[in-house]
Amino acid sequence: MVRRRSFIAQNPSVLWFLLVLALFTLVVTLMSESVGSGLISTSFVKTLGKTLCLCLVAIAMDVVWGYCGILSLGHFAFFGLGGYAIGMWLMYARTEIIVTASLTNAAIPPTPQEVSDAIATQIFGVVGASEFPMIWAFADSLALQLIMVVLIPGLLALIFGGLAFRSRVTGVYLSILTQAMTLALSLYLFQNDSGLRGNNGLSGLQNIPGFRGTPQAEISLWFFWASALALALGYVLFAWIVSGKMGSVIRAIRDDEARVRFLGYHVESYKLFVFTLTAIIAAIAGALYYPQAGIINPAEVAPIASIYLAVWVAIGGRGRLYGAVIGAVFVSLLSSWFTGGGAPNIDLGVYTIQWTDWWLVLLGLSFVAVTLFFPKGIGGLFDYLVRKQP
Amino acid sequence: MSTLLEVSGVSVTFDGFRAINNLSIQIGEPELRAVIGPNGAGKTTFMDIITGKTKPDEGRVLWGEKNLSLLGMSESQIARQGIGRKFQKPTVFEDQTVRENLAMALRNPRGPFEVLFYRKTAEGAAKIAEIAAEIGLTDALPRRAGDLSHGQKQWLEIGMLLAQDPRLLLVDEPAAGMTPAEREHTTDLLKRAAQTRAVVVVEHDMEFVRRLGCKVTVLHEGSVLAEGSLDHVTANKDVIDVYLGR
Repeated sequence: MVRRRSFIAQNPSVLWFLLVLALFTLVVTLMSESVGSGLISTSFVKTLGKTLCLCLVAIAMDVVWGYCGILSLGHFAFFGLGGYAIGMWLMYARTEIIVTASLTNAAIPPTPQEVSDAIATQIFGVVGASEFPMIWAFADSLALQLIMVVLIPGLLALIFGGLAFRSRVTGVYLSILTQAMTLALSLYLFQNDSGLRGNNGLSGLQNIPGFRGTPQAEISLWFFWASALALALGYVLFAWIVSGKMGSVIRAIRDDEARVRFLGYHVESYKLFVFTLTAIIAAIAGALYYPQAGIINPAEVAPIASIYLAVWVAIGGRGRLYGAVIGAVFVSLLSSWFTGGGAPNIDLGVYTIQWTDWWLVLLGLSFVAVTLFFPKGIGGLFDYLVRKQP
Repeated sequence: MSTLLEVSGVSVTFDGFRAINNLSIQIGEPELRAVIGPNGAGKTTFMDIITGKTKPDEGRVLWGEKNLSLLGMSESQIARQGIGRKFQKPTVFEDQTVRENLAMALRNPRGPFEVLFYRKTAEGAAKIAEIAAEIGLTDALPRRAGDLSHGQKQWLEIGMLLAQDPRLLLVDEPAAGMTPAEREHTTDLLKRAAQTRAVVVVEHDMEFVRRLGCKVTVLHEGSVLAEGSLDHVTANKDVIDVYLGR
């Protein structure tokens, strides 16, 4: 007889993860300025909310790399595209409110064209333009722009992945190709006539249109909850995918894709499925991240960001979802501590180690050390704690 | 016995080296066939061509009653037509359990979405149990495939082939690195499989081929040198010169 145990029962780590996440969310809520004791400042609530989004993109990276063996160094580009897509609506809608308010006192009521022109001048004045580019066609509608969050990165991943996997580009060549894609995207975004305000990027994203009277302390908490929910849903989705037969096939592709072909599986379709799905999840994470960050600019999409993502997953322990979460939390919080001046400088007499400069060196060294000595990463420590039952 | 696979006039050149030279072979269904030959005779390339890994420069490879050409198909399409392959070096997925390895090979729809929403069935479990019994790995089902002995890995791979339920099995040196007892078991497995399907065994070991007791094709420099019973080909003067005499 086949024993059908529930998916959660087969994967106790999912339940543990959800419990820890729920507890964490509760504690942060109770300590927030808005509804709690105020022990955690609003800006730190935002940092924590952003970290949850980074955890979501990290588990996506873990699925594509740790489980399916595709070392994509471009998943942060999808994250950024998601941010840009939501940023367009946020900027448009907020500017529209300001422009409409300022024009209400005009002697002659403004025509829709005048309103639109005024919004465009407000948004694009900084790059010397005063008209909406084509790509802003849907920016006035939240629903359409939310679809864009999923559609644009999804299509890019589908086309790029389709071409790359069809040509059987694998291994380091594929990684280089994904880096090239990321670089091309960020260079394009840096241009003033890209239609996305060049290196100024999109800003003021923390001001949610229609919630002008709502204090940031409250808004930050809403985004924190949304990020926690997205992470929980993403975690369950990925855990479900990698636990079943699908997980078996994609791990097999990671270990020996030629053999999987001779079993009759169309390897390219599987890779494309995983690549595109994880790109979409990365984009959703980005769409939640940037309203908390307040600004997105092309530097966010720079190739180095995608490499960091791989470093988080490697340090946390790839091939296990909670490993990716641990890596993202640990490294990103540590990074903001070091670069934010939290770590005391070390005076060596002849030279002072300033962590803002030396943090990257430290990160690089730990990456090399983890790769060489602890290939299972921090998550591997759990193997010592939890002995697997046969 | 009807013809299942027809390879005719196939040639392949790698950087000026003719690995396969105007090769023609027919395999019936059911049939057990041994392919022997010295190193570099083109045995593995012959399998590569049938399974779609290598595309020939010329010639035809026809399959089944409808005489479908295999040359335009990808590896996975050919596998779905019912051709299974066992490699020389045992290639099982070492990180996964024996059960997972067999479940992946089971003959089920192969599309990503069908696999994503796949639910375990009683028939599937029964089939896995049946194959595990046949390859002597019933107790090893929950074990990691990487922890198996070399011989057990070879059997697991044969088991995965059987789970695919192919019409043609291509088996590359199944007895390599096996103990005499394991060899005997392998011979039985292959003979039993060949009662209902076509099995082509590439082998170096004459003793093993003798035990299979089937028709033998001798390859040399990419083409067929002799064909017939083992006694017949070993008596052939050309065969003695190029292969056995050395």
